[in-house]
Amino acid sequence: MPDAVNAVTLLRRLLLALSIALPLVASAKEAAPASDDPVLEAKVMRISAELRCLVCQNQTIADSHADLAQDLRGQVREMLRQGQSEAQILDYMTQRYGDFVLYRPPVKSTTTLLWYGPAALLIGGVLVLILVLRRRSKLPDDRFEPDAPDEAAPSDAPAR
Amino acid sequence: MKSLKFLIPLAIFLVLAGFLAVGLNLNPREVPSPLIGKPAPAFELTKLDAADQKLKRDDLLGKVWVLNVWASWCAPCREEHPLVMELARRKLAPVYGLNYKDTRPAGMAFLTQLGNPYEASLFDADGRVGIDWGVYGVPETFVVDKQGTIRFKHIGPLTPEVLDKKITPLLKELNA
Repeated sequence: MPDAVNAVTLLRRLLLALSIALPLVASAKEAAPASDDPVLEAKVMRISAELRCLVCQNQTIADSHADLAQDLRGQVREMLRQGQSEAQILDYMTQRYGDFVLYRPPVKSTTTLLWYGPAALLIGGVLVLILVLRRRSKLPDDRFEPDAPDEAAPSDAPAR
Repeated sequence: MKSLKFLIPLAIFLVLAGFLAVGLNLNPREVPSPLIGKPAPAFELTKLDAADQKLKRDDLLGKVWVLNVWASWCAPCREEHPLVMELARRKLAPVYGLNYKDTRPAGMAFLTQLGNPYEASLFDADGRVGIDWGVYGVPETFVVDKQGTIRFKHIGPLTPEVLDKKITPLLKELNA
């Protein structure tokens, strides 16, 4: 019997150790540094976070593990090394992949609805709400059903 | 006027339904390429089957040609390959391949196995030319006119409809 108990504790400890070690291994793999210059790397990641990965479209190329995202990060890194500015890099990407690649699309005639549509909907909704409330406040009391007292509610409901 | 007020929610519903219907019919995978109507990006690459022979964009100026981006690791490329063969058989324009992020032996084995529709395949091992052409989902197919302008792009595997209704008429028109 003691042997069996020991085996169980051993197994438990092993599992615990594994569960602690595995995420470390996984994160170590993710953070594979592409260059040893942390300043450059931070800049690469900042610009990559502005760019949409075209393969997995709801991720930025900073988040994505897709092959193309890695290539594009490499491209960003190389252009930074050549001393190009962030604007030049974003320009380079839009020339090839269109505005779609930008997570913050530029404000222009084709994107007006995208930029101002939600605000317009909100303002419209608030206006309608104000109008309705105003009209209701002018109505005489007998146009409203009297509030049912809370205790009365259960007796109204069908039995069971 | 007042009697028509009940129609307002219906109108709002119809507008919303219209937006949603259009949205449902858009394919988010197909990002409109900003390169259409623009000069084809320059390249100078070796041929897949001959590491010592180079081909560059300007060699192809003056003729209508098709660029098909493919790779041996890409399953949809296998699927569309018979259609690329068919396109080449129609002899409307030479079809060039862009062998994207592949290895020479794997790429050549693919062509030996499935047939080679390409006038030549350009070997783009690191995918740099692919980036210049805005490639993000292999296979992709471009049509370039005599002036070297990109006229058409199809993302994903070719379909008989695209081949018959888009590419073939366009190539005939450009050659006319």
